[in-house]
Amino acid sequence: MNKHNKLARTPYAVRMSHWLMVICFFLVAASGLSWFFPSLNWLNNLLGGPQLARILHPFLGVAIFVFLLYMFFRLVGYNLPEKGDGRWFSNAGKVMKGEHVEELDTGKYNAGQKVLFWGIMGLITLLLISGVMIWRPWFAPLFSIPLIRIGLLVHALAGVLLMLLIIGHIYLAFWVKGSVDSMSSDYVSRKWARKHHPRWYRDVTGETTTRKEHS
Amino acid sequence: MSMQSQDIIRRSATNGLTPAAQVRDKKMEVAKLIDVTTCIGCKACQVACGEWNDLRDEVGENVGVYDNPRDLSADTWTLMRFDEYENEESGKLEWLIRKDGCMHCAEPGCLTACPQPGAIVQHANGIVDFVSELCIGCGYCIAGCPFDVPRINKKDNKAYKCTLCSDRVAVGQEPACVKTCPTGAIRFGSKEDMLHYGAERVEELQGRGFAGAGIYDPAGVGGTHVVYVLQHADKPELYHKLPTDPRISSAIYGWKEWLKPVAAVAFLATLGGTLFHYIGVGAQTVDDDETDDGETKA
Repeated sequence: MNKHNKLARTPYAVRMSHWLMVICFFLVAASGLSWFFPSLNWLNNLLGGPQLARILHPFLGVAIFVFLLYMFFRLVGYNLPEKGDGRWFSNAGKVMKGEHVEELDTGKYNAGQKVLFWGIMGLITLLLISGVMIWRPWFAPLFSIPLIRIGLLVHALAGVLLMLLIIGHIYLAFWVKGSVDSMSSDYVSRKWARKHHPRWYRDVTGETTTRKEHS
Repeated sequence: MSMQSQDIIRRSATNGLTPAAQVRDKKMEVAKLIDVTTCIGCKACQVACGEWNDLRDEVGENVGVYDNPRDLSADTWTLMRFDEYENEESGKLEWLIRKDGCMHCAEPGCLTACPQPGAIVQHANGIVDFVSELCIGCGYCIAGCPFDVPRINKKDNKAYKCTLCSDRVAVGQEPACVKTCPTGAIRFGSKEDMLHYGAERVEELQGRGFAGAGIYDPAGVGGTHVVYVLQHADKPELYHKLPTDPRISSAIYGWKEWLKPVAAVAFLATLGGTLFHYIGVGAQTVDDDETDDGETKA
């Protein structure tokens, strides 16, 4: 691959974590939906049928948590809230219309991506805790029935919210052309970086992003 | 199922557009009446249940109470519960004995919670039955049940409970526990007849000074197809914590009746939204007329 004129964005270990997690998430989400919406019950055939899917679902769920935990420590530093985030939120409408807002001066991740980051990490933690509470035959017997009922409700609610977030995540990666490059090959184009993450661009290149000064 | 009942009025995880076979739905509602006031605690019903259903629970240890085994299990579908109650009004010690097991609710919490299509069914005669070959062992029925009845079997990870001897009832026989009860404390028949008989018993008990006597047929779960005659129906919790007002928990109700439709709308709206957005706004591309160095081509 010609790495000339490209910028490294996502290291190999983080990318592999992400994609291994994606495979697990796809199977876990499909089987979870199969029990939430009876009309989608056929989805649990992806994991070998209803009974086997019921057995595998929690183990794969734990795998997702482990991958995300690794990604958390690698990425948390870039996802801490900062002053400019408020400006991004007040301009979110323009961003979604595809209008370029110069004053945002986004860093490595924009405020919307940070919401995704913390949303995923929060929801997966809720899913792990509630999932352990309802995990038969291993852990559920340790909890009282009223607690298990709350666990079932929380697990379903957190699962739905996480899937909604992930639908948004997949869509935005598809909508903003050039984004997926950073998750497949590590490298993004300089043009992409300058347009969507100008402050990050300056940080890694030491260049400016204002055209007049450059020319 | 090898024998089709064709009278299934409710089927787990199945929507109204695709109901189970129910052409033979004119069956009368049945009920088992357990008169705790004439029960002598002999446990013949427990033995008969195990014998008819071919169940052998592990031999336990005596822990100083009459309850044996100590709890319901996948191999014990009915269990005598013994409670000692010091009645302050009469100054007497009362030995309260209740035959515990599935209540066969008209609105079954287990069936509501079950995620696997057809793993729990309700027959037109009121019997709630687990279809074991479809059971996936998730244990949601345990959470759904207001009476703490279903149990998972460690050997096969499937849930079990009293069937009200659906196999015997289907061929016109009474349940095994009813057949064997030596004092007539357990009766079986149409629900109407059982309530009628129970009312007579309650009247008699009240005449003998049990002012709180009554029938336990809790309305919170739509009534049950196992009903008790209790000498203290005003305090059902005396009988090994029989719930005063059992109903499907609001967490289960919220999960199945509220979250499910809201989530369906949210998924459709989100997926639809992405389509409208992509077609309306168009892909976010980096301008082609811009070079890698940020200069605009002439």
